[in-house]
Amino acid sequence: MAYFEMTKLALKWAMTKPATSQYPFVPRQPVAGSRGRLVFTKDNCIYCNVCAKKCPTDALVVNRKEKKWIIDQLRCITCGYCVEVCPKKSLSMDTGHDRVAVTRDHEIH
Amino acid sequence: MARTVIPFGPQHPVLPEPVHLDLVVEDEKVIEARPSIGFVHRGLEKLAETKDFIEFVYVAERICGICSFIHGQTYCQAIETIMNIAVPPRAVYLRTVWGELSRLHSHLLWLGLMADGMGFENLFMHTWRVREKILAIIEATTGGRVIFGSCKVGGVRRDIDAAAITRILGELNEIEKDMRGLTKILLDDNSVKARLCGVGVLTRAQAHDLGCVGPMMRASGIAQDMRQLGYAAFNEIKVEPITRTEGDSYARCAVRCGELFQSLDIIRQAFAKIPDGPVEVKVTGNPTGETITRTEQPRGEVVYHLKATGTKFLQRFRVRTPTFANLPAMLQVLPGCDLADVPMIILTIDPCISCTER
Ligand code: SF4
Ligand code: SF4
Repeated sequence: MAYFEMTKLALKWAMTKPATSQYPFVPRQPVAGSRGRLVFTKDNCIYCNVCAKKCPTDALVVNRKEKKWIIDQLRCITCGYCVEVCPKKSLSMDTGHDRVAVTRDHEIH
Repeated sequence: MARTVIPFGPQHPVLPEPVHLDLVVEDEKVIEARPSIGFVHRGLEKLAETKDFIEFVYVAERICGICSFIHGQTYCQAIETIMNIAVPPRAVYLRTVWGELSRLHSHLLWLGLMADGMGFENLFMHTWRVREKILAIIEATTGGRVIFGSCKVGGVRRDIDAAAITRILGELNEIEKDMRGLTKILLDDNSVKARLCGVGVLTRAQAHDLGCVGPMMRASGIAQDMRQLGYAAFNEIKVEPITRTEGDSYARCAVRCGELFQSLDIIRQAFAKIPDGPVEVKVTGNPTGETITRTEQPRGEVVYHLKATGTKFLQRFRVRTPTFANLPAMLQVLPGCDLADVPMIILTIDPCISCTER
């Protein structure tokens, strides 16, 4: 039978630094390798459309004629598949989760 | 005596997901429970007809937000069976490790929700504090916290190097210490026992006849665990099902607590035995054929049925999730219980409604 086990635990934590942090005032430390946000680097892109074809949520549109790479941030699930298939390595994953998509407006690069 | 119908859900403080029950009560006793489900149906099975089978693993993973990894793994295993792909042994071990990490975080989540459900807020916070450490390991090794995204047809996307393995093993020792303390409170505390013992009893015969799966079935004394089938690395790592015989809410809680330590043990064994080598093989061509694959989710056995006809889209994709199999048993144990025990009984089957409705 356990007596006062929870009390002991609660008392211990009453005297310890909280396990939580004061987000957003204290930013979260990025974790290496985390899939946070998709980053597009315009310089290498050859507008081959592979990323748009493979994206499981159809978040990407590539316009080869006008050299435009377009993303609907609210559709992107940061799965990283486009990063894997891009032949020119012009896509990468950022580890930060702090930027939040709030609009359906497409981001045009 | 006059009967009253009390609606329970789809929005209710103890329900993390929407399910609705019409509870017919006489005074405080439940006489009958009539369910209605379908609030979070997303048509994922139909989606298989329009998503290429390689991409579909992302959809399969999102059938459930908690047992996500094992859904992806089961899907990949099914495709690999159809296409006769030999997955490299290292990938198989990594899948086993991630599968068990996912079981750990799922069971800790559930233990927290149950503590919350009975008003034990402090214990809830502490369980989730420990769960957060598991999530940190998962994020560092796969890139995602609950949607791992690390399983693919033909292997896995990421490797865990030797330094990381040592670090994780150290962290697991810390986590084990925390979990020992928490499970002691859960299983030995008088107020917890008063709330759970003898509540929602499901006999062995009922569990068998109603086709229960997972901890729900094992708490009623049936020693069956899909990991005994030897999928992934389980042909080299032996799993003894954890069982209890009481069949009540306390037994279901105890089985899950036992499985926490079993999972830790499996991860340690897997890391001790993990062979070197590649983690993926190239997949070419399209699948042709039909298969049924079964694996053990945190909530019980999941059954995948896949049918492919040589195109890149599957013709049929069907999932029987563990909660779906456990719902009849839940409806069986509700009549006769007190109205105040209904939330506890529903929680102890560890319902995952979005899984159930896909
Ligand atoms: S796959 Fe890469 S190179 Fe091709 S369009 Fe997309 S970003 Fe550009
Ligand atoms: S990360 Fe995934 S969802 Fe987002 S754009 Fe790339 S492929 Fe599409």
